[in-house]
Amino acid sequence: MRRTRDTAEPPRSLPADTENAGATGGTPAIDVRGVVRHYRSAGRGTVHALDDVSVRVERGRVLGVVGESGCGKSTLARLLTRLERPDAGSVEVLGARVDTAKRGALRRLRRTIQLVFQDPYASLDPRQRTGAALAEVLAVHGLPSGPDQVAALLEQVGLVPALAERYPHQLSGGQRQRLGIARALAVRPEVLVLDEPVSALDVSVRAEIMNLLVKLREELGLTFVFISHDLGMVRHFADDIAVMYLGKIVEVGPWDAVSDEPLHPYTKALQAAVLLPDPAQGQGGVEAVVTGEVPDAAAPPSGCRFHPRCPLAEDVCRTDEPALLPVPRVGAAGTPGSGEHRLACHVMRRRLAEAADAAQSPSQTTADTAGAAVRVEKKTGE
Amino acid sequence: MSIQPLATETEPVPASTPANTRTRLLTRVWHDRNGRIGLVVTGVLVLVALLGAVGAVPHDPIAQHPDDRLQGPSGTYWFGTDQFGRDIAARVAVGIWTSLRVAVLSVAIATVIGSVLGICAGFFRGWVDQAVSRFVDILFAFPAILLALAVVTALGTGWQNTAIAIAVVYTPIFARVSRGPTLSVGNAEYIKAQRVLGTPLPRIMLRHVLPNVSAPIVVQVTLALSWAILTESSLSFLGLGTQPPAASLGLMVSDARSTVANAWWTLTFPALAIVVAVIALNLLGDGLRSALDPRRESRS
Amino acid sequence: MKHDPNTPQGSAYRNGTAPAGPAEAVRPAREPVLAVRGLRTAVRTASGPLEILRGVDLDVERGETVAVVGESGSGKSFTALSVAGLLPGGAEVTDGRVLLEGRDLVTLPEEERRRIRGAEIGMVYQDPMTSLNPVMRIGKQVTEGLRAHGWSKEAAHERALDVLGEVGLPSPRALMRQYPHQLSGGMRQRVLIACALAPRPKVLIADEPTTALDVTIQQQILATVSRLRDEYGLAVVWITHDLGVVARIADRVAVMYAGRVAELSGTRRLFTAPQHPYTDGLLRSLPTPAHPHQAPLPQIGGSPILLSDLPRGCPFAARCPHRADHCTTEEPPLLDRDSSRAACWFPRNEWTGKRLEVTGRAQDA
Repeated sequence: MRRTRDTAEPPRSLPADTENAGATGGTPAIDVRGVVRHYRSAGRGTVHALDDVSVRVERGRVLGVVGESGCGKSTLARLLTRLERPDAGSVEVLGARVDTAKRGALRRLRRTIQLVFQDPYASLDPRQRTGAALAEVLAVHGLPSGPDQVAALLEQVGLVPALAERYPHQLSGGQRQRLGIARALAVRPEVLVLDEPVSALDVSVRAEIMNLLVKLREELGLTFVFISHDLGMVRHFADDIAVMYLGKIVEVGPWDAVSDEPLHPYTKALQAAVLLPDPAQGQGGVEAVVTGEVPDAAAPPSGCRFHPRCPLAEDVCRTDEPALLPVPRVGAAGTPGSGEHRLACHVMRRRLAEAADAAQSPSQTTADTAGAAVRVEKKTGE
Repeated sequence: MSIQPLATETEPVPASTPANTRTRLLTRVWHDRNGRIGLVVTGVLVLVALLGAVGAVPHDPIAQHPDDRLQGPSGTYWFGTDQFGRDIAARVAVGIWTSLRVAVLSVAIATVIGSVLGICAGFFRGWVDQAVSRFVDILFAFPAILLALAVVTALGTGWQNTAIAIAVVYTPIFARVSRGPTLSVGNAEYIKAQRVLGTPLPRIMLRHVLPNVSAPIVVQVTLALSWAILTESSLSFLGLGTQPPAASLGLMVSDARSTVANAWWTLTFPALAIVVAVIALNLLGDGLRSALDPRRESRS
Repeated sequence: MKHDPNTPQGSAYRNGTAPAGPAEAVRPAREPVLAVRGLRTAVRTASGPLEILRGVDLDVERGETVAVVGESGSGKSFTALSVAGLLPGGAEVTDGRVLLEGRDLVTLPEEERRRIRGAEIGMVYQDPMTSLNPVMRIGKQVTEGLRAHGWSKEAAHERALDVLGEVGLPSPRALMRQYPHQLSGGMRQRVLIACALAPRPKVLIADEPTTALDVTIQQQILATVSRLRDEYGLAVVWITHDLGVVARIADRVAVMYAGRVAELSGTRRLFTAPQHPYTDGLLRSLPTPAHPHQAPLPQIGGSPILLSDLPRGCPFAARCPHRADHCTTEEPPLLDRDSSRAACWFPRNEWTGKRLEVTGRAQDA
């Protein structure tokens, strides 16, 4: 299955060599281009779950996807794993089309990309013992499925082989999620999509699962898509972070830039609401950063979808939809190998551009762009 | 250092849990009071039926003894004799065999066809569901006994045909009973997980959907068996089931109409056999219902 | 820190200057609005009664938010239900006292308790979807409770309009005529808070009220409740598992473990110098900005306890990195530790010294 280039797409700001999909070395692990997914819902109209979302993940990297309910992050997970197909756009995993794959190709794909669900209890067959569940996956894909292989899988996720005889309801929450991960790993995938893998777990168990993921990444060199509403967890594990709002990516870039020096007003709100306040700074305070509620995805606002709640909103935000474009850079910044920082916000882009212009000249930045300019300079100064 | 080595088990298996918690279904039914009674009585009935089937009874069930007509229960004739001097005990044993044979075959047919229809309807939804549901509605629109009568009339008599007739009556029940749970199981995350894992569709339906909707089906089987015994008796009573001189519980009740006034045993024993069989199967269904819930195996 | 000029003792306590001493002396001179003393609650199970709460102690003052945090099975929700008198069937308080301004709710006649519940203790639940009657107008739902407590129709209507405005809902008059399905999740949760606050209760108990909401909405609700607490001197008990929420709204925190309070501290103190190894472990396991990126998070080892199979001694001992022999023989009571109280035999400085630092997290200053 070779990709069919969609000529209608706007030119991408990608390095030329990665456009050449034939070279395996350059093929990204995940290449999502302009996917659209709408649901027809009785009484609500058309729900815009995903609107023109493009994202790519290089091999061996972790993409964190963060956003609130209804932002489309779980829909993205379902498109990547072909639980659903997009209405438009293309989804490629390791160079193979996911959305149009037929029987044989789909089967190969199942061994390439796997999914770990949020609720480990709901995603395990209540009538199947741990060992049988793992053996079944192995057998379905024609892999050796004896007790030794099952035991090896359990040990890989830190479970004792004796647990093979248990039913899911006889396991603790942490054990169930480890089993869910073991089952996904059974087919030896290269890409693992994790949809809120720790949200349903107790706080003391979350660290265990996070550590397991870090360990698996080091041992197996997997590519991860880590989906969560918890910016703290995403920040800890991801190399790059994509922030989603109402079916759109509003900001994407290296983890430290997005989580610690966010540019989009929505990312800032998330940061303020989610990250644990530093106790040394006293109480975090409860001032609400954004007002209003997430609008109905069946009737997304015009222009920038965040504008009704945005403290920076201007007239242009109400009419023109901002594109997700690279942040103007002052010099060469960013961690090597990390993706570039991209942003979909009229106001912040203008402020950054002004700051960048100011930085071109050796003189001091002007007062009204100082905030943004300081951030940019701090970043480039490192 | 509070960081534990990751490769080791962090949540150890409690030592009290045996390595293998597998308990047989029958053992679990046995632990349920209703289930135990149902199991024992059904077992006895099956034994009696088998004895009747192989002829291991004190007298030939169709041999007439003109000298011993309408004898009360005695050492020779345990349950007495009917108006042709036939041994009622032997006829009850054979009658149970006849009834069970028809019931088991009819329910087996109804279970297989009905469950497949119901599971397909619930799993695939859309037009499959529409087609199955309408078909089921149509069958339900007929009174059960009328439907069975129509089928027997069309196919002719004979125990296999009786079984098919009863199966036609019970197929929609199984379709409906299996469709509901399949609707929710088909939406469950563990089914989605199997799709992502690349498990072929037939295997998902057989290994993951079927076991999770099996509990209501299994319970329905025992209930349907008891109803099937009644239906077979009704058909025989109406002369469309088992044909004389062969013995069947329904036929015996029918024949006893003329003699019951002065020979109570002609009616009592076959009727009692029907009642006992129906109650025993219902109790067994109760026991199965609670035994089939995997969550009943304790956490540890 | 919260600024509340009306409760000087409260703020003194929160700043950690309250005198240490026997259990009662740690409290400020004034009587707390709500005081829970040695509360024990058990549920009937197939294998006999199972104790869910094993002696809970808790005080809440006027104008103060006390967060009750804990993991599933810690007993935090049962604490709320026991205090509010809303225990499910099969569960009952077996011992202890729940004092609302000195009156023991446990021994009060049912009729009296029913009057106090609602009128003086308001309760908000987790799920705003199922806690509102879908076929009843908002106005009716808010006034219904008031009418049950003897308010006249007109007074109840006026109060409903006021309280809907107080919880930050726009155009209360129009809202009164709407049905729950016409509102968003955040608005529904505000309506529930309005219902709880309508009779002007002294205590508001909130059981994970923002867990089902999006984080930006959650933040708005937290701000509203904090404002109402300050304006009306409400005593707020906030049940949650989210330490981020705790850090934002609580004045004091009760950390629950295995049906008891493991630690009771001022919020800032809890985050800077946790006195119980369990609290310490929980805080360390969170990925903070100071934690090295993708480095292993310190985790609490062992498995969560089973209330049906509690070990002898301290319930946390098996998972505790600082356990000593004494811990497995005798269960520690809530002991005074500077301005905090902790159910641990050892003061913090005795175990922090031994610990190998594995994170970049700042130690207590």
